[in-house]
Amino acid sequence: MAAILEARGLWKSFGDFDALKGVDFTLNAGELVFVIGPSGSGKSTMLRCFNRLEEPTDGSVMFEGVDLMNRSVDINLMRRRLGMVFQQFNLYPHLTARDNVTLALRKVLGKSRAEANEIAEAMLDRVGLGDKADSHPGALSGGQQQRVAIARALALEPSVMLFDEPTSALDPELVGSVLQVMQQLREAGMTMVVVSHEMRFARAAADRVIFMADGEILEEGTPDKIFGAPEHARTREFMQEIGQ
Amino acid sequence: MSTAPEAGTWAHFIETFFRPDLIDQYAGAIGKGVIVTCEIAVLVVICGLALGMLLAIVRAYRIRALSLIIVGLVDLLRSLPPLVIILLLYFGLPTVGLTLSGFFVLWLVLTLVLAAFAEEIFWAGILSVRKGQWEAARSTGLGFNQCLIYVVVPQAIRMTVAPLTNRTIAITKNTALGTVIGVGEILNEASTAQSFSGSATPLMMGAIAYILLFIPVVIVGRWIETRFQWRRA
Repeated sequence: MAAILEARGLWKSFGDFDALKGVDFTLNAGELVFVIGPSGSGKSTMLRCFNRLEEPTDGSVMFEGVDLMNRSVDINLMRRRLGMVFQQFNLYPHLTARDNVTLALRKVLGKSRAEANEIAEAMLDRVGLGDKADSHPGALSGGQQQRVAIARALALEPSVMLFDEPTSALDPELVGSVLQVMQQLREAGMTMVVVSHEMRFARAAADRVIFMADGEILEEGTPDKIFGAPEHARTREFMQEIGQ
Repeated sequence: MSTAPEAGTWAHFIETFFRPDLIDQYAGAIGKGVIVTCEIAVLVVICGLALGMLLAIVRAYRIRALSLIIVGLVDLLRSLPPLVIILLLYFGLPTVGLTLSGFFVLWLVLTLVLAAFAEEIFWAGILSVRKGQWEAARSTGLGFNQCLIYVVVPQAIRMTVAPLTNRTIAITKNTALGTVIGVGEILNEASTAQSFSGSATPLMMGAIAYILLFIPVVIVGRWIETRFQWRRA
């Protein structure tokens, strides 16, 4: 399998605090990698360094063969190939679901409004919200908002989707609808990195699970290995804490 | 017994504030004042809000030197009474060889003062747009400018409509300050007529003209406030 995303020696400091301490991470095309670990372990920071929403202090990120840390690279063009979904959805509240999806299509990819609308409606259909195109985010449930956010990222035809705790802000009864969309993506062969505490989903869907603590990757392996027979003491401790 | 003095008081009140012959005589002058007030008000609102918005947007780029200059000017304009600046420019500048018309000075000062307050209000609005909005926009490949224009500023405007409307009305009413530098706006026409006629009727006409002019503005302001409310996601 070919590596589509490769981070080497990723380091991120916030003042005196080192959130990432030289992380090496490789993502192969078609893979679903789950990232777990206690809060503050650097999971989200790592994800956000992949598209340089967080500027790494040191290290390299290669994406589709392009060095993202190279100053001459147009990061905006690369970002659209790295779809990102946030814990707080971050939909634009002043725009309808459709316009949330079309904004980048029109302004980054330069598509006409008609063309963008067509794509947006197809994407909203795909996440089961074809009938909500005219709704503003405030009129949608959390689960629906998160699915619109997924549609917004998908519309740009990313080769990798990054999910940053996509279900953590949702009421329990709304989690299923989002996981279902992620499962569909998985079945369609999307390459994904998921930071999440949805361990059942991880067991069912992940190819690989990474355990992080204190800004480092301590252990990685198949879901069976990480959940069934973790080697590292910290991993075992974490599994006990979350009741796995 | 008691009706006579009451009738007398009422007649006196009418005589003082609503003399029909004076209303007739000065309606034209007050009408001209209304037009001048409207002209200045519209120009001040458009230019002041546009300039305020522009300054707030410039501040969003966080270029230290520019931000410091903007904050300095804005604080200056917010702490000085507009009348002081008007008098300074109108009576002070001719001594250095620059004579400006009253209309221009009034427009300039009120525009700058409105811009100063509008900048602070817009800036607060821009700051109150959550970080996640920037991040979501940037993650889809929008650049800083696009993010500002299409995502942040529209939300900032919606959030600041209420304080902005109030401030705009308050500053627009200051067109009455033009009277001290001879701008032929409502109050100027009314007080000129008052001094010629020796009656308060023209002043009452002026007051009514202000009410007729600003009540619709207040109502439109309220409508805009409700129109731009949207449930925050």
